[in-house]
Parts: sequence; C-alpha cells; structure tokens
Amino acid sequence: MIEIDNVHKSFGELEVIKGVSLQVNKGEVVSIIGGSGSGKSTLLMCINGLESIKSGSIRVDGTEVHARGTDINKLRQRIGIVFQQWNAFPHLTVLENVMLAPRTVLGKSKAEAEALAVKQLTHVGLGDKLKVFPGKLSGGQQQRMAIARALAMSPDYMLFDEATSALDPQLVGEVLDTMRMLAEDGMTMILVTHEIRFARDVSDRVAFFRNGLVHEIGTPDQVIGHPQRPETADFLRSIN
Amino acid sequence: MFDYNFHWRAAFKALPDMLDGAWVTFETAALSMILGVTIALFLVFMRQGKNRLFRGFAATWISIARNTPSLFQVYILYFGLGSFGLHISSWAALLAGITINNAGYLAENFRGGLKAVPDTQLRAARSLGMSAPQAYRLIVIPQLLRIVFYPLTNQMVWAVLMTSMGVIVGLNNDLTGVTQDYNVKTFRTFEFFAIAAVLYYLIAKLIVAVARLLSWRLFRY
Repeated sequence: MIEIDNVHKSFGELEVIKGVSLQVNKGEVVSIIGGSGSGKSTLLMCINGLESIKSGSIRVDGTEVHARGTDINKLRQRIGIVFQQWNAFPHLTVLENVMLAPRTVLGKSKAEAEALAVKQLTHVGLGDKLKVFPGKLSGGQQQRMAIARALAMSPDYMLFDEATSALDPQLVGEVLDTMRMLAEDGMTMILVTHEIRFARDVSDRVAFFRNGLVHEIGTPDQVIGHPQRPETADFLRSIN
Repeated sequence: MFDYNFHWRAAFKALPDMLDGAWVTFETAALSMILGVTIALFLVFMRQGKNRLFRGFAATWISIARNTPSLFQVYILYFGLGSFGLHISSWAALLAGITINNAGYLAENFRGGLKAVPDTQLRAARSLGMSAPQAYRLIVIPQLLRIVFYPLTNQMVWAVLMTSMGVIVGLNNDLTGVTQDYNVKTFRTFEFFAIAAVLYYLIAKLIVAVARLLSWRLFRY
C-alpha cells in the first residue's frame, strides 16, 4: 500500500504540491489527471524518492520513503517507474538494458538475468529485438523496453509518468496495450496520464490534480463521467 | 644563393638512436595522459563538490593550465622550483608540466561531457535501485567516455608534441633531445630535424589510427 499524507513540495520559492493525501491499495490502478504544472509528475518522483519532499510523509508498505534511515535503493527495487522520455540506456543493447539492474542490483547470475530479461521483453513484444541498440528502435518500442526493464526487477508497484506523451500518435496504442496488460495482471499502478479514455478504462480510481492539490477523486465514472466540480469538467472539455 | 648540401646518410645513421628517443617520447606522453586523466577526474568532481577550498583549487588549476604557455609551465617547474632548492630531473619536470596541462584541458572536456549525458539517464539508473556509484560507473561514465574520446585522442597527440619542450630543461634522451644532440655535433640541422618531424608525424598518426580502431571496438552503438 502506498500512503501519501499531506505532502508539500517546493522548487525554490515555487510550491508545486500543497498538501496532497492519497492512498493506493494493493492491486489498485489509480490514474492522476490534470493540467501541466499541477504537481502530478512531481508527486510520482517523490513516491520513489527521486525528489525530496518539504513536509508530510509517503509510506510504501509502511516504509517511510523520505526518512533518513530508509535504504532508498532497496525500496526502489519494489517500485518500477516509466518515464515520459523512456530513458533507454543508449550504450547497451535492448537485452543488456533489461538485464543490467537484475544483475547489478539484485545480484542475479548472468543466465538468470538473461532468462528474466528475455521473458519480459517477449512479454512486451520485443523478443526479436534483443541484440538491437535502443537508438534503432521506435519511440513506442523504446518505451515498451523501458517497461520491461522496470518489470524485470519484479516490482510490487509501477508508476507511469506520462508514458505516452512523447510518442507519435500511431505508437501510443502499443504502449497503452502493454500497460493494460499489466493492469489486468493485477499490478498496483499509478498512472499520470493525458489519455483520458484509457484512464477511464483501466483505473479503479481517478484523481484530478489542480494547483498542487487533489481537486476531485473517485471512480472513473464519477470523475470523468460525471465530474462534480466545474474545474474538472472544464479540464476534461479542454483536452478533448 | 642556395649552397646547402644535403647529407642524409649521416642523418639516417642516427635513426636507431632517434627511434629510441621516439619511444621515450611516446612513453612520457602516455604516462602524462594516464596521470592527466586521473587528475582531471578528481578536478571535475572537486569543482562540482560542495567544499569551497577544493572548488577553488580545481578552478585555479584548470585556469592556469589553460591560460599560460605550456613552455613556461615546464620552465617554472624545473628552474623555478630549482631556485627554491627543490631540484627535480629534467624528465620529471617535463612530465609534471605536461601532466598539469593535460589535466587542465581534460577537466574542461570531461565537464562538458558530463553535461552532455542527460540527468535523466542518472535518474533512470537510480530508479532501478542502483546506488549512485553504480549508476555513474555503469551508465554515466561509459557514455561520457564516448563523448570525450576524440578530445582525449587530440590531447594525447598534443602531449606527444609537447614532450619536445623537454630539450629546454636539458632532457636529452627523448626524440627532440637526441636530435638536438646530433645537431650540435654535426650541424646537420635540416636533415636531423626533418627526420624527427617525420617521426613525430608518424607517432601522431599512429595514435589517431589506433584510437579509431579502438572506437570501433568500444562504441557499438
């Protein structure tokens, strides 16, 4: 379970998160929607400690993410994240990209890590691209590789930070399909997304962020289908 | 009126000695590069660190190394330190001078290279649970190496050419030193220095060629 409790976060003078509380239960898929600058991506970075927080607390399975004594590297093994800019490691082949962390972080043998990587890459439809360098792949393929790379660590949680925003429109579908597959497998997921229809389809709950706060939260049908607050409705209209 | 008679035979007889000198030249340059790269890495991290003393030290080193003639750097190390009673050999003065120069220039190259590796690469590595040293070693440094590879090659060539300054502090067993010895003994200035120039040229070209081969092996992407 991820418990976010009254989190504040600033970049210098600018406060981007102004007291967000949110709970994500095991097996749940929660989508975060909202305009740019609403603090949704930043919150995701705070959950696995890539960004610090000013006050409040974030607990993952009871472990305080931002506590001094927390072994953040250990914690991150359980939280996979997929970035908007996929961030493939360009100097490694697709297979090596996925094998690297299981080898060096989890200490798996080469054979084990390779078997694991092949399994994950096949799962996301890249079984025939193992020896290719990421530079030769399309954006959608690189993003699927990034998903496989995160999954190879067998995380309990997956965070998606606008995973399809930087893709050409015709490549969005293949990445969404991969994410849908994960959701159906019961992965606990937090998605920051602009794909409203997708969010509606796969999410258990949807949170609308505005000005660094959770403005409205509920089932997809409530928030997207029948928004209670005028700002939510405005936002949904504006992106359609 | 042009009345100089070329005497190449005498010069060619000196070739074995000059080749020995060329080897000393190469060794000195290679050593100065190994030391230079190591120090440059320290300088880069010092300069980005929080300690003001280290930051100032690194900035001063880089600034002096890049903005004063390398000839003076060698000169001051040999005669300057000598006048304080600190006597070092000609070779040590030359090596130290070139190393200081290499470290200064390479530190700048490395800094630029580090900037060229996106922060998001480090982020992605850390998000997979890698420690900061792991992320640098496995993700950042390999990409940095590729970016600085050609500047590194240039600096190596430059280091080879800079060794010729050893002669001003009395070094006599490197390529220029050996050549100069023959020159004073025979006054066949043109012949000896022409051959030496060809040898320098060949060493430089060899370094570039080896670097190119190496880059094909190293950088598969």
